[in-house]
Amino acid sequence: MAKGDPGVSTRGRRAAPRSRKAAGADPDLVQLLTPEGERIDSVTGPDGTVYRADLTDDEYRGLYRDLVLVRKLDAEATALQRQGELGLWASLLGQEAAQVGSGRALRTQDMAFPTYREHGVLYCRGIDPIMPLGLFRGVDQGGWDPNEFKFNMYTIVIGAQTLHATGYAMGVTMDGRMGGDDGEAVIAYFGDGATSQGDVNEAFVWASVFNAPLVFFCQNNQYAISEPLERQTRVPLYQRAAGFGFPGVRVDGNDVLASYAVTRTALDNARHGQGPSLIEAYTYRMGAHTTSDDPTRYRIASEVEAWQAKDPIARMKAFLTKQQLVDDDFFAEVDEQARRESLHLRERVLAMPNPEPVTMFDHVYPNGSPLLDEQRATFNRYMDSFEGSAH
Amino acid sequence: MSRVKTFNLPDLGEGLTEGEILSWLVKVDDIIELNQPIVEVETAKAAVEIPAKWAGRVQAIFHPEGTTVEVGSPIISIDTDPDAGPLDDPQAPSAGGDLPTPSAASLAAVEVAPAEGAVEPGLIGGPAPGGRTAVLVGYGPRTTTAKRRPRKGAVPAQAGAAPAIPAQATTAPAVPAQVAPARAVPVPNGHAAGPATGVLAKPPVRKLARDLGVDLRALTGSGPLGSVTREDVQRAAAGAVAEPESVATTATAAASFGADREQRIPVKGVRKLTAENMSRSAFTAPHVTEFLTVDVTRAMKALDRLRGRREWREVRISPLLLVAKAVLLAVKRHPMVNSTWAGDEIVVKEYVNLGIAAATERGLIVPNVKDAGRLTLRELADALTDLVQTAKAGRTTPADMSGGTLTITNVGVFGVDSGTPILPPGESAILAFGAIREMPWVHKGKVRPRQVTTLGLSFDHRIIDGELGSKFLRDIGDFLSDPEAALLAWT
Repeated sequence: MAKGDPGVSTRGRRAAPRSRKAAGADPDLVQLLTPEGERIDSVTGPDGTVYRADLTDDEYRGLYRDLVLVRKLDAEATALQRQGELGLWASLLGQEAAQVGSGRALRTQDMAFPTYREHGVLYCRGIDPIMPLGLFRGVDQGGWDPNEFKFNMYTIVIGAQTLHATGYAMGVTMDGRMGGDDGEAVIAYFGDGATSQGDVNEAFVWASVFNAPLVFFCQNNQYAISEPLERQTRVPLYQRAAGFGFPGVRVDGNDVLASYAVTRTALDNARHGQGPSLIEAYTYRMGAHTTSDDPTRYRIASEVEAWQAKDPIARMKAFLTKQQLVDDDFFAEVDEQARRESLHLRERVLAMPNPEPVTMFDHVYPNGSPLLDEQRATFNRYMDSFEGSAH
Repeated sequence: MSRVKTFNLPDLGEGLTEGEILSWLVKVDDIIELNQPIVEVETAKAAVEIPAKWAGRVQAIFHPEGTTVEVGSPIISIDTDPDAGPLDDPQAPSAGGDLPTPSAASLAAVEVAPAEGAVEPGLIGGPAPGGRTAVLVGYGPRTTTAKRRPRKGAVPAQAGAAPAIPAQATTAPAVPAQVAPARAVPVPNGHAAGPATGVLAKPPVRKLARDLGVDLRALTGSGPLGSVTREDVQRAAAGAVAEPESVATTATAAASFGADREQRIPVKGVRKLTAENMSRSAFTAPHVTEFLTVDVTRAMKALDRLRGRREWREVRISPLLLVAKAVLLAVKRHPMVNSTWAGDEIVVKEYVNLGIAAATERGLIVPNVKDAGRLTLRELADALTDLVQTAKAGRTTPADMSGGTLTITNVGVFGVDSGTPILPPGESAILAFGAIREMPWVHKGKVRPRQVTTLGLSFDHRIIDGELGSKFLRDIGDFLSDPEAALLAWT
């Protein structure tokens, strides 16, 4: 295994011109890895914060592996929906770097509140990727324990989880579980469309005035289903934070290193008592909003092509190759692992049992209730009335 | 489990009931991989590619392109172990072309395998009562029957056992016999005897039956799963107890003028959309149509000169190009014609998305050239060529067809002179461009053979008065009779 030196020390600070070139009109975009796979040593954000991602070679390779795996598993889920095995799927295609970067930036004790698209973050939290497929197959309610994995249930209601996260983060403060390196920070995921929701704006207000240890992580994928960004906001989204009284930063959401660095900094600030912040991960939804959507009806092919050139995996691959951090077999080995895991996922999804109808009573109350017990008994009698009933 | 597996059309988007097969990406006998795209299906929500659920060899394709298929119907069967030698059944469809007709025998061998866990026997797409699935050419075995688990000690076969309910084949033409006219048993005083339990009917239908004094239990439902519909109840109440039309028995050698000599074509897809749009437009926008006959001899000569230029050598040039240019220039002089009636306001557009009505195999579609007013003549020519070829190839996307602001319909290609076109909804003017013919024409005081065409302009009289419409049409005509002079004068 060739372990080349990334050569970061000689590269110097070229952030501003680089960013301007990569991001077109936006010089404020924090970027540590260009679409061509050139690494930038450090970048100074709009508020003077210096961002850098000094990772080990193993960590760089690990991030690449994460990106490829979550993309492949996501593609498998989309295929399963097309084959009638899932009712619906919201693909993360194109947003892998924002999710893996921020997901890997979380420390064990940190708590995450996802939307319904954070399959990449879920993966980084160590949750079995089959869990959300049970939800979208309609055989369970999600299945993972939010407390065990520090990853809340998927929230379908747009933006609602930002309020949950704010309340949770205020609780962290009240419990005194913050202030040091081992403090707990909270991250709330949402999309550009959610920024138009009252919930999200209320969450901004509450988190701000109560100085909650919370990072608002907005994946701006340019479309709220079919509604383009210019119908959501007249200013760049990250600038909204200023009006609520906390810092905002825009990061290249297709750059896993920058997403990692910016999120790690924001989380550390939060856990040390510096209050909330907003990260706008500037990215693009390469696929449809969900499998029920047809993006060709509202966006043009040339736009998709332009973003294709900024692919998060391609640039990481170029970086690993240029820096000679991998040998020839590495990419093939990762692809093979992704193929194997996606096949495994498919087999397990097809084998998922249909739940017994009576299990719907199981998780309503932790300790049951007399009324519910009565309903369960009635329901069991009803089920027993059918021929061939096992009851 | 059989090694041949049948894939049923899934619900591709939260509650859809059907999808149209746009194109098959594989053919019979192809060896396919897991998740390889096999078919493109368009639903009410999206056009999507479906990936193969199993690897193997394509055994049979049940529906040709262009068919609308109900969710749950088999669309393709795949031999999942093609290396294991020939199938047991010699009748099994093999290299017989893209669209084999699966015989009953071969389908029995296929053993319509429900996808693991997804489809239970008795549900849509599962094995039908009787152990086999009936197949019509071009339509998949449709086996929708109510699957109700029998209750312990229940009266058997209540309200007609499920097998007696005719499969409701909405895609099949002419199914008169299947809508069994309900038999009315009017009950005096508007009260059915006892609650009509055991009969499937929606609550409003039940109320209607009660109000009309119809006993639901006496009816044979024609709705989904054998449910009684509002029409069944009304027919019963009206005493329409005519026996099923016994056309077959009365038919003699004499010419008949009944249903057997009528073809019923389901209204769907592009036809349905066209019908809705045309009706909506025709009955909301007050149309006025004006005509103008123009001598286009000079314009045709100008086109010839254009063709002779080196940089235009590769470009496809048609008279439509000049008409399009004429319209775009005239719009600049009369922007009001490029507008939309929006109830309490008129939206005047500064861009022209120029629609071109195109007759395709799938029917009438109107793709448009986006922001055509900004294009140079050369760009416009390329855009028109591209648009026509895309339409002919059937690849026009919904995006190509949306947002049109003004349309040209080139009826001349069919050899007719003009017409009174109907506005696409949301547009205020549409120009019909007729055939160019050599006609006797007074030119410089003498009757000469000249190339002449007729323009027909329909416009929305809510927005465009006769004066404006006439000026607009006059300008288009001026350009077409002398393009060089018009260009010099206007631009």
